[in-house]
Amino acid sequence: MMTIKGYIRENGAVGVRNHVLVLPLDDLSNSAALGVSKIVNGVVAVPHPYGRLQFGRDLDLLFHILSGTGANPNVAGVIVIGIEDNWANRVADGIAKTGKPVEVFPIEGYGDLKTIERASRKAKEMVQEASEKQRTEVDISSIVMSVKCGESDTTSGLASNPSVGVVVDKMVDLGAVAMFGETSELTGAEDIVADKMANEALREKFLKIYKEYIDVIEREGADLLGSQPTQGNIKGGLSTIEEKALGNIQKLGHRKINCVLDYLDPLVREKQGTLCFVNTSSAAAEAVTLFAAKGSVLHLFTTGQGNIVGHPLIPVIKITGNPKTARTMSEHIDVDVSDLLDLKISLEEAGERVFNYMLKVMNGRLTAAEVLHHEEFSPIKLYISA
Amino acid sequence: MPRGLIHSEKDDVCVATTDVKKGEEVLCAYLENNSKHEIIKTLDDVPLGHKIALRDIRQGEKVLKYGRPIGVATTNISKGQHVHVHNLKSIRWSK
Repeated sequence: MMTIKGYIRENGAVGVRNHVLVLPLDDLSNSAALGVSKIVNGVVAVPHPYGRLQFGRDLDLLFHILSGTGANPNVAGVIVIGIEDNWANRVADGIAKTGKPVEVFPIEGYGDLKTIERASRKAKEMVQEASEKQRTEVDISSIVMSVKCGESDTTSGLASNPSVGVVVDKMVDLGAVAMFGETSELTGAEDIVADKMANEALREKFLKIYKEYIDVIEREGADLLGSQPTQGNIKGGLSTIEEKALGNIQKLGHRKINCVLDYLDPLVREKQGTLCFVNTSSAAAEAVTLFAAKGSVLHLFTTGQGNIVGHPLIPVIKITGNPKTARTMSEHIDVDVSDLLDLKISLEEAGERVFNYMLKVMNGRLTAAEVLHHEEFSPIKLYISA
Repeated sequence: MPRGLIHSEKDDVCVATTDVKKGEEVLCAYLENNSKHEIIKTLDDVPLGHKIALRDIRQGEKVLKYGRPIGVATTNISKGQHVHVHNLKSIRWSK
Protein backbone atom coordinates (compact mmCIF):
# COMPACT_ATOMS: atom_id res chain seq x y z
CA MET A 1 0.00 0.00 0.00
CA MET A 2 1.18 3.49 -0.84
CA THR A 3 -0.34 6.70 0.46
CA ILE A 4 -0.51 10.35 -0.56
CA LYS A 5 -1.93 13.37 1.21
CA GLY A 6 -5.17 14.38 -0.48
CA TYR A 7 -8.54 15.99 0.17
CA ILE A 8 -11.34 13.52 0.83
CA ARG A 9 -14.62 14.92 -0.51
CA GLU A 10 -18.18 14.38 0.77
CA ASN A 11 -18.69 11.42 -1.60
CA GLY A 12 -15.35 9.79 -0.71
CA ALA A 13 -13.58 10.87 -3.91
CA VAL A 14 -10.01 12.12 -3.42
CA GLY A 15 -8.63 15.38 -4.78
CA VAL A 16 -5.10 16.75 -4.79
CA ARG A 17 -6.12 20.41 -4.94
CA ASN A 18 -8.71 22.43 -3.02
CA HIS A 19 -10.27 24.98 -5.39
CA VAL A 20 -13.47 26.98 -5.24
CA LEU A 21 -14.83 27.19 -8.78
CA VAL A 22 -16.89 29.89 -10.49
CA LEU A 23 -18.45 28.14 -13.46
CA PRO A 24 -20.10 30.17 -16.24
CA LEU A 25 -22.88 28.18 -17.89
CA ASP A 26 -22.54 30.15 -21.12
CA ASP A 27 -20.39 32.70 -22.94
CA LEU A 28 -22.60 35.56 -21.73
CA SER A 29 -21.78 34.73 -18.11
CA ASN A 30 -17.99 34.88 -18.49
CA SER A 31 -17.82 38.56 -17.47
CA ALA A 32 -19.69 38.00 -14.21
CA ALA A 33 -17.66 34.86 -13.43
CA LEU A 34 -14.40 36.73 -14.04
CA GLY A 35 -15.77 39.62 -11.96
CA VAL A 36 -16.23 37.30 -8.98
CA SER A 37 -12.73 35.88 -9.41
CA LYS A 38 -11.28 39.41 -9.33
CA ILE A 39 -13.08 40.34 -6.10
CA VAL A 40 -12.78 37.09 -4.14
CA ASN A 41 -9.30 35.76 -3.43
CA GLY A 42 -8.91 32.03 -4.02
CA VAL A 43 -11.61 31.29 -6.57
CA VAL A 44 -11.02 30.01 -10.07
CA ALA A 45 -13.21 31.13 -12.99
CA VAL A 46 -13.31 29.06 -16.19
CA PRO A 47 -14.52 31.24 -19.07
CA HIS A 48 -15.48 29.41 -22.28
CA PRO A 49 -17.27 30.32 -25.55
CA TYR A 50 -20.23 27.89 -25.44
CA GLY A 51 -23.59 27.22 -23.81
CA ARG A 52 -26.10 28.98 -26.06
CA LEU A 53 -28.44 27.28 -28.57
CA GLN A 54 -26.62 23.97 -28.40
CA PHE A 55 -28.86 20.92 -28.78
CA GLY A 56 -28.99 17.13 -28.66
CA ARG A 57 -25.81 15.18 -28.00
CA ASP A 58 -23.69 18.32 -28.23
CA LEU A 59 -25.70 20.00 -25.45
CA ASP A 60 -25.59 16.81 -23.37
CA LEU A 61 -21.79 16.80 -23.75
CA LEU A 62 -21.56 20.44 -22.59
CA PHE A 63 -23.69 19.65 -19.52
CA HIS A 64 -21.54 16.54 -18.90
CA ILE A 65 -18.33 18.58 -19.09
CA LEU A 66 -19.60 21.48 -16.95
CA SER A 67 -21.16 19.21 -14.29
CA GLY A 68 -18.13 16.95 -14.32
CA THR A 69 -15.76 19.89 -13.93
CA GLY A 70 -17.70 21.09 -10.88
CA ALA A 71 -17.87 17.54 -9.52
CA ASN A 72 -14.09 17.06 -9.87
CA PRO A 73 -12.60 16.08 -6.50
CA ASN A 74 -10.07 18.93 -6.74
CA VAL A 75 -13.04 21.30 -6.24
CA ALA A 76 -14.40 22.11 -2.76
CA GLY A 77 -17.39 24.23 -3.79
CA VAL A 78 -18.97 25.70 -6.92
CA ILE A 79 -20.75 28.89 -7.95
CA VAL A 80 -22.65 28.45 -11.24
CA ILE A 81 -23.55 31.64 -13.13
CA GLY A 82 -25.89 31.47 -16.14
CA ILE A 83 -27.76 34.05 -18.16
CA GLU A 84 -30.94 32.19 -17.00
CA ASP A 85 -31.25 29.59 -14.28
CA ASN A 86 -32.89 26.61 -16.00
CA TRP A 87 -29.80 25.17 -17.68
CA ALA A 88 -27.60 26.47 -14.84
CA ASN A 89 -29.71 24.44 -12.40
CA ARG A 90 -29.28 21.30 -14.53
CA VAL A 91 -25.52 21.64 -14.27
CA ALA A 92 -25.69 22.48 -10.56
CA ASP A 93 -27.90 19.42 -9.88
CA GLY A 94 -25.23 17.22 -11.46
CA ILE A 95 -22.58 18.75 -9.20
CA ALA A 96 -24.79 18.57 -6.08
CA LYS A 97 -24.88 14.76 -6.35
CA THR A 98 -21.33 14.74 -4.98
CA GLY A 99 -22.58 16.41 -1.77
CA LYS A 100 -20.35 19.47 -2.18
CA PRO A 101 -21.79 22.99 -1.83
CA VAL A 102 -23.07 24.47 -5.11
CA GLU A 103 -25.11 27.61 -5.70
CA VAL A 104 -26.67 29.07 -8.87
CA PHE A 105 -26.85 32.77 -9.75
CA PRO A 106 -28.86 33.83 -12.84
CA ILE A 107 -28.06 37.14 -14.52
CA GLU A 108 -31.50 37.87 -16.04
CA GLY A 109 -33.50 40.05 -13.65
CA TYR A 110 -30.36 41.21 -11.82
CA GLY A 111 -27.74 42.36 -14.31
CA ASP A 112 -24.00 41.68 -14.07
CA LEU A 113 -23.21 43.97 -11.13
CA LYS A 114 -25.83 42.63 -8.73
CA THR A 115 -25.01 39.08 -9.83
CA ILE A 116 -21.32 39.64 -9.17
CA GLU A 117 -22.14 40.99 -5.70
CA ARG A 118 -24.51 38.13 -4.81
CA ALA A 119 -22.17 35.47 -6.17
CA SER A 120 -19.12 37.06 -4.52
CA ARG A 121 -20.77 36.96 -1.08
CA LYS A 122 -21.40 33.23 -1.51
CA ALA A 123 -17.95 32.62 -3.03
CA LYS A 124 -16.32 34.34 -0.03
CA GLU A 125 -18.11 31.93 2.31
CA MET A 126 -17.09 28.92 0.20
CA VAL A 127 -13.43 29.98 0.14
CA GLN A 128 -13.38 30.37 3.92
CA GLU A 129 -15.05 26.97 4.36
CA ALA A 130 -12.63 25.35 1.91
CA SER A 131 -9.63 26.88 3.64
CA GLU A 132 -10.39 24.73 6.68
CA LYS A 133 -10.12 21.46 4.72
CA GLN A 134 -6.95 19.56 5.56
CA ARG A 135 -4.92 17.10 3.52
CA THR A 136 -5.24 13.58 4.92
CA GLU A 137 -3.26 10.40 4.38
CA VAL A 138 -5.13 8.34 1.81
CA ASP A 139 -4.38 5.26 -0.30
CA ILE A 140 -3.03 6.11 -3.74
CA SER A 141 -5.59 3.71 -5.27
CA SER A 142 -8.19 6.51 -4.79
CA ILE A 143 -6.46 8.59 -7.45
CA VAL A 144 -7.90 9.08 -10.93
CA MET A 145 -5.27 10.37 -13.35
CA SER A 146 -4.92 10.89 -17.08
CA VAL A 147 -2.21 10.96 -19.74
CA LYS A 148 -1.85 12.73 -23.08
CA CYS A 149 0.97 13.96 -25.30
CA GLY A 150 1.18 17.18 -27.31
CA GLU A 151 3.50 18.79 -29.84
CA SER A 152 5.05 15.35 -29.92
CA ASP A 153 8.20 14.51 -31.79
CA THR A 154 10.18 11.33 -32.16
CA THR A 155 11.68 11.79 -28.68
CA SER A 156 8.14 11.31 -27.32
CA GLY A 157 8.04 7.73 -28.61
CA LEU A 158 11.65 7.11 -27.56
CA ALA A 159 11.68 8.59 -24.06
CA SER A 160 8.84 10.59 -22.49
CA ASN A 161 5.92 8.38 -23.55
CA PRO A 162 7.45 5.03 -22.50
CA SER A 163 8.47 6.66 -19.18
CA VAL A 164 4.82 7.59 -18.60
CA GLY A 165 3.90 4.03 -19.63
CA VAL A 166 5.97 2.78 -16.68
CA VAL A 167 3.99 5.11 -14.37
CA VAL A 168 0.65 3.99 -15.86
CA ASP A 169 1.55 0.32 -15.23
CA LYS A 170 2.51 1.15 -11.66
CA MET A 171 -0.64 3.17 -10.93
CA VAL A 172 -2.92 0.48 -12.38
CA ASP A 173 -1.09 -2.16 -10.31
CA LEU A 174 -1.62 0.01 -7.22
CA GLY A 175 -5.36 0.03 -7.93
CA ALA A 176 -5.68 3.57 -9.27
CA VAL A 177 -7.43 4.74 -12.47
CA ALA A 178 -5.44 5.92 -15.50
CA MET A 179 -7.25 7.41 -18.48
CA PHE A 180 -5.98 7.98 -22.02
CA GLY A 181 -7.72 9.15 -25.20
CA GLU A 182 -6.71 11.01 -28.39
CA THR A 183 -8.97 8.91 -30.62
CA SER A 184 -7.70 10.24 -33.95
CA GLU A 185 -4.05 9.91 -32.90
CA LEU A 186 -4.37 6.15 -32.56
CA THR A 187 -4.58 5.87 -36.37
CA GLY A 188 -2.00 3.33 -37.50
CA ALA A 189 -1.91 1.72 -34.04
CA GLU A 190 -5.64 1.26 -33.37
CA ASP A 191 -5.30 -2.51 -33.84
CA ILE A 192 -2.66 -2.61 -31.08
CA VAL A 193 -5.01 -0.70 -28.77
CA ALA A 194 -7.91 -3.00 -29.72
CA ASP A 195 -5.75 -6.03 -28.90
CA LYS A 196 -5.14 -4.62 -25.39
CA MET A 197 -8.86 -4.64 -24.57
CA ALA A 198 -9.77 -6.90 -21.65
CA ASN A 199 -12.77 -8.44 -23.44
CA GLU A 200 -14.60 -8.60 -26.75
CA ALA A 201 -17.37 -6.18 -25.75
CA LEU A 202 -14.82 -3.47 -24.90
CA ARG A 203 -12.94 -4.18 -28.11
CA GLU A 204 -16.09 -3.73 -30.19
CA LYS A 205 -17.08 -0.58 -28.32
CA PHE A 206 -13.61 0.92 -28.83
CA LEU A 207 -13.50 0.10 -32.55
CA LYS A 208 -17.00 1.55 -33.06
CA ILE A 209 -16.01 4.82 -31.34
CA TYR A 210 -12.75 4.94 -33.30
CA LYS A 211 -14.50 4.36 -36.65
CA GLU A 212 -17.15 7.02 -35.98
CA TYR A 213 -14.45 9.56 -35.15
CA ILE A 214 -12.30 8.77 -38.17
CA ASP A 215 -15.33 8.77 -40.50
CA VAL A 216 -15.91 12.45 -39.61
CA ILE A 217 -12.28 13.32 -40.33
CA GLU A 218 -12.16 11.40 -43.61
CA ARG A 219 -15.53 12.77 -44.74
CA GLU A 220 -14.00 16.25 -44.93
CA GLY A 221 -11.55 14.84 -47.47
CA ALA A 222 -8.91 17.38 -46.47
CA ASP A 223 -5.15 17.04 -46.65
CA LEU A 224 -4.29 16.43 -43.03
CA LEU A 225 -0.54 17.01 -43.30
CA GLY A 226 0.09 19.99 -41.03
CA SER A 227 -2.95 19.14 -38.89
CA GLN A 228 -2.11 15.49 -38.22
CA PRO A 229 0.82 15.37 -37.85
CA THR A 230 0.94 19.03 -36.75
CA GLN A 231 3.51 21.52 -38.04
CA GLY A 232 5.30 21.11 -34.70
CA ASN A 233 5.28 17.33 -35.03
CA ILE A 234 6.81 17.62 -38.51
CA LYS A 235 9.48 20.03 -37.30
CA GLY A 236 10.31 17.46 -34.62
CA GLY A 237 10.76 14.68 -37.17
CA LEU A 238 7.38 12.93 -37.19
CA SER A 239 6.40 12.28 -40.81
CA THR A 240 3.02 10.52 -40.68
CA ILE A 241 0.00 9.88 -38.44
CA GLU A 242 1.06 6.21 -38.18
CA GLU A 243 4.48 7.16 -36.81
CA LYS A 244 2.87 9.58 -34.36
CA ALA A 245 0.33 6.98 -33.20
CA LEU A 246 2.98 4.30 -32.62
CA GLY A 247 4.86 6.78 -30.41
CA ASN A 248 1.65 7.91 -28.72
CA ILE A 249 0.65 4.43 -27.51
CA GLN A 250 3.97 3.98 -25.67
CA LYS A 251 2.18 5.92 -22.87
CA LEU A 252 -0.35 3.15 -22.33
CA GLY A 253 2.05 0.76 -20.65
CA HIS A 254 1.42 -2.97 -20.68
CA ARG A 255 -1.81 -3.58 -18.76
CA LYS A 256 -5.14 -4.63 -20.24
CA ILE A 257 -7.62 -1.84 -21.00
CA ASN A 258 -10.67 -2.67 -18.87
CA CYS A 259 -12.77 0.44 -19.45
CA VAL A 260 -13.94 2.29 -22.59
CA LEU A 261 -15.82 5.57 -22.18
CA ASP A 262 -17.62 7.40 -24.96
CA TYR A 263 -18.22 11.15 -24.57
CA LEU A 264 -21.20 10.88 -22.22
CA ASP A 265 -20.22 7.76 -20.27
CA PRO A 266 -19.38 8.32 -16.59
CA LEU A 267 -16.27 6.70 -15.16
CA VAL A 268 -17.04 3.43 -13.35
CA ARG A 269 -14.17 2.26 -11.16
CA GLU A 270 -13.11 -1.36 -11.20
CA LYS A 271 -12.18 -2.97 -7.85
CA GLN A 272 -8.70 -3.61 -9.17
CA GLY A 273 -6.80 -0.99 -11.15
CA THR A 274 -8.45 0.61 -14.15
CA LEU A 275 -6.93 1.54 -17.50
CA CYS A 276 -9.51 3.51 -19.40
CA PHE A 277 -9.84 4.66 -23.01
CA VAL A 278 -11.83 7.90 -23.22
CA ASN A 279 -13.11 9.15 -26.58
CA THR A 280 -11.45 12.56 -26.84
CA SER A 281 -10.24 15.09 -29.29
CA SER A 282 -6.45 15.06 -29.72
CA ALA A 283 -6.22 18.81 -29.10
CA ALA A 284 -4.44 19.24 -25.77
CA ALA A 285 -6.80 21.55 -23.88
CA GLU A 286 -9.95 19.79 -25.13
CA ALA A 287 -8.66 16.40 -24.05
CA VAL A 288 -7.41 17.53 -20.61
CA THR A 289 -10.72 19.38 -20.05
CA LEU A 290 -12.68 16.20 -20.79
CA PHE A 291 -10.40 14.00 -18.63
CA ALA A 292 -10.88 16.40 -15.70
CA ALA A 293 -14.65 16.36 -16.28
CA LYS A 294 -14.54 12.54 -16.06
CA GLY A 295 -12.78 12.82 -12.68
CA SER A 296 -9.05 13.00 -13.38
CA VAL A 297 -7.33 14.95 -10.58
CA LEU A 298 -3.86 14.97 -12.12
CA HIS A 299 -2.53 14.80 -15.66
CA LEU A 300 0.80 13.60 -17.07
CA PHE A 301 1.50 15.49 -20.28
CA THR A 302 4.44 14.53 -22.45
CA THR A 303 5.80 16.90 -25.05
CA GLY A 304 8.55 16.87 -27.62
CA GLN A 305 8.57 20.34 -29.19
CA GLY A 306 7.03 22.07 -26.17
CA ASN A 307 3.26 22.13 -25.68
CA ILE A 308 2.57 24.37 -22.68
CA VAL A 309 -1.03 23.41 -21.80
CA GLY A 310 -2.46 23.47 -18.28
CA HIS A 311 -5.89 23.24 -16.66
CA PRO A 312 -7.61 25.56 -14.18
CA LEU A 313 -8.28 22.82 -11.62
CA ILE A 314 -5.95 19.86 -12.12
CA PRO A 315 -2.15 19.91 -12.07
CA VAL A 316 -0.66 19.11 -15.49
CA ILE A 317 2.87 17.71 -15.20
CA LYS A 318 4.97 18.39 -18.28
CA ILE A 319 7.52 15.73 -19.25
CA THR A 320 9.95 15.92 -22.15
CA GLY A 321 12.51 13.62 -23.71
CA ASN A 322 13.83 16.34 -26.00
CA PRO A 323 17.03 17.91 -24.60
CA LYS A 324 16.59 21.09 -26.69
CA THR A 325 13.07 21.65 -25.39
CA ALA A 326 14.20 20.94 -21.83
CA ARG A 327 16.79 23.69 -22.29
CA THR A 328 14.90 26.31 -24.34
CA MET A 329 11.52 25.95 -22.57
CA SER A 330 12.73 24.99 -19.12
CA GLU A 331 10.12 27.08 -17.31
CA HIS A 332 7.38 24.80 -18.70
CA ILE A 333 9.06 21.45 -18.12
CA ASP A 334 8.56 19.62 -14.82
CA VAL A 335 10.43 16.41 -15.61
CA ASP A 336 13.29 15.99 -18.09
CA VAL A 337 13.96 12.41 -19.20
CA SER A 338 16.17 13.32 -22.17
CA ASP A 339 19.13 11.43 -20.69
CA LEU A 340 17.22 8.32 -21.73
CA LEU A 341 18.17 9.18 -25.35
CA ASP A 342 21.86 8.78 -24.45
CA LEU A 343 21.04 5.47 -22.72
CA LYS A 344 22.55 6.95 -19.54
CA ILE A 345 19.56 5.75 -17.52
CA SER A 346 17.15 2.84 -17.94
CA LEU A 347 13.48 3.22 -18.86
CA GLU A 348 12.58 2.02 -15.34
CA GLU A 349 14.73 4.78 -13.84
CA ALA A 350 13.06 7.38 -16.07
CA GLY A 351 9.62 6.07 -15.05
CA GLU A 352 10.63 6.24 -11.39
CA ARG A 353 11.69 9.87 -11.88
CA VAL A 354 8.27 10.77 -13.31
CA PHE A 355 6.46 8.76 -10.61
CA ASN A 356 8.35 10.42 -7.75
CA TYR A 357 7.67 13.87 -9.17
CA MET A 358 3.99 12.97 -9.53
CA LEU A 359 3.88 11.99 -5.84
CA LYS A 360 5.25 15.41 -4.88
CA VAL A 361 2.60 17.12 -7.01
CA MET A 362 -0.16 14.97 -5.51
CA ASN A 363 1.05 16.06 -2.08
CA GLY A 364 0.85 19.73 -3.02
CA ARG A 365 3.87 20.80 -5.07
CA LEU A 366 2.71 23.19 -7.81
CA THR A 367 3.46 22.33 -11.44
CA ALA A 368 5.04 24.73 -13.93
CA ALA A 369 1.65 25.12 -15.66
CA GLU A 370 -0.07 26.00 -12.37
CA VAL A 371 2.54 28.62 -11.47
CA LEU A 372 2.53 30.13 -14.99
CA HIS A 373 -1.30 30.52 -15.08
CA HIS A 374 -1.90 27.90 -17.76
CA GLU A 375 -5.60 27.50 -17.08
CA GLU A 376 -6.97 26.33 -20.44
CA PHE A 377 -10.59 25.22 -20.25
CA SER A 378 -11.89 24.01 -23.61
CA PRO A 379 -15.14 22.04 -23.74
CA ILE A 380 -15.45 19.92 -26.90
CA LYS A 381 -18.17 21.08 -29.29
CA LEU A 382 -19.51 18.35 -31.56
CA TYR A 383 -21.40 20.33 -34.19
CA ILE A 384 -23.15 23.61 -35.11
CA SER A 385 -25.61 25.32 -32.79
CA ALA A 386 -29.31 25.65 -33.63
CA MET B 1 27.43 7.25 -26.64
CA PRO B 2 24.98 6.52 -29.47
CA ARG B 3 23.85 9.45 -31.61
CA GLY B 4 20.86 7.56 -32.94
CA LEU B 5 18.33 4.97 -31.73
CA ILE B 6 16.46 2.19 -33.52
CA HIS B 7 13.18 0.97 -31.96
CA SER B 8 12.98 -2.52 -33.46
CA GLU B 9 15.31 -4.90 -35.28
CA LYS B 10 12.90 -4.86 -38.24
CA ASP B 11 13.12 -1.07 -38.63
CA ASP B 12 14.27 0.74 -41.78
CA VAL B 13 15.15 3.96 -39.96
CA CYS B 14 17.32 5.25 -37.12
CA VAL B 15 16.20 8.32 -35.12
CA ALA B 16 18.98 10.89 -34.66
CA THR B 17 19.27 11.83 -30.97
CA THR B 18 21.64 14.73 -31.70
CA ASP B 19 21.92 17.07 -34.69
CA VAL B 20 23.92 15.25 -37.34
CA LYS B 21 25.91 16.84 -40.20
CA LYS B 22 26.07 15.45 -43.74
CA GLY B 23 28.93 12.97 -44.07
CA GLU B 24 29.18 12.12 -40.37
CA GLU B 25 29.22 8.50 -39.26
CA VAL B 26 26.48 7.89 -36.72
CA LEU B 27 26.30 5.04 -34.24
CA CYS B 28 22.67 3.93 -33.95
CA ALA B 29 21.89 1.63 -30.99
CA TYR B 30 18.96 -0.79 -30.92
CA LEU B 31 16.54 -0.04 -28.06
CA GLU B 32 15.52 -3.70 -27.76
CA ASN B 33 19.16 -4.78 -27.45
CA ASN B 34 21.65 -2.03 -26.51
CA SER B 35 24.68 -4.19 -27.30
CA LYS B 36 23.71 -4.24 -30.98
CA HIS B 37 24.18 -1.22 -33.23
CA GLU B 38 24.59 0.04 -36.79
CA ILE B 39 27.04 2.64 -38.06
CA ILE B 40 25.56 4.81 -40.81
CA LYS B 41 27.33 7.43 -42.92
CA THR B 42 24.77 10.22 -43.38
CA LEU B 43 24.13 11.71 -46.83
CA ASP B 44 22.20 14.74 -45.50
CA ASP B 45 22.12 17.05 -42.48
CA VAL B 46 19.70 15.39 -40.07
CA PRO B 47 18.32 17.38 -37.10
CA LEU B 48 17.73 15.83 -33.69
CA GLY B 49 14.62 13.65 -33.80
CA HIS B 50 14.66 13.13 -37.55
CA LYS B 51 15.13 9.79 -39.29
CA ILE B 52 18.06 8.31 -41.23
CA ALA B 53 17.52 5.42 -43.69
CA LEU B 54 19.25 2.22 -42.54
CA ARG B 55 19.03 0.65 -46.01
CA ASP B 56 18.21 1.54 -49.60
CA ILE B 57 14.43 1.87 -49.88
CA ARG B 58 12.64 1.74 -53.27
CA GLN B 59 9.82 4.10 -54.22
CA GLY B 60 6.49 2.52 -53.17
CA GLU B 61 8.03 0.37 -50.44
CA LYS B 62 6.64 0.49 -46.91
CA VAL B 63 8.96 2.01 -44.32
CA LEU B 64 9.07 0.30 -40.91
CA LYS B 65 9.58 1.89 -37.48
CA TYR B 66 8.58 0.22 -34.19
CA GLY B 67 8.55 -2.85 -36.47
CA ARG B 68 5.42 -1.45 -38.14
CA PRO B 69 4.68 0.47 -41.35
CA ILE B 70 4.72 4.24 -40.75
CA GLY B 71 4.20 5.12 -44.40
CA VAL B 72 5.34 4.51 -47.94
CA ALA B 73 8.41 5.91 -49.75
CA THR B 74 7.44 8.46 -52.40
CA THR B 75 10.90 8.33 -54.07
CA ASN B 76 13.88 6.00 -53.95
CA ILE B 77 15.72 6.60 -50.68
CA SER B 78 19.40 5.71 -50.25
CA LYS B 79 20.93 4.33 -47.08
CA GLY B 80 22.07 7.33 -45.00
CA GLN B 81 19.50 9.77 -46.41
CA HIS B 82 17.15 11.89 -44.31
CA VAL B 83 13.67 10.25 -44.29
CA HIS B 84 10.80 12.68 -43.77
CA VAL B 85 7.74 14.25 -45.42
CA HIS B 86 9.72 14.94 -48.62
CA ASN B 87 10.15 11.21 -49.33
CA LEU B 88 7.68 9.44 -47.03
CA LYS B 89 3.89 9.70 -46.87
CA SER B 90 1.13 8.23 -44.74
CA ILE B 91 -0.64 5.13 -46.00
CA ARG B 92 -3.75 6.01 -43.99
CA TRP B 93 -4.15 9.75 -44.41
CA SER B 94 -2.64 11.23 -47.53
CA LYS B 95 -3.79 12.98 -50.64
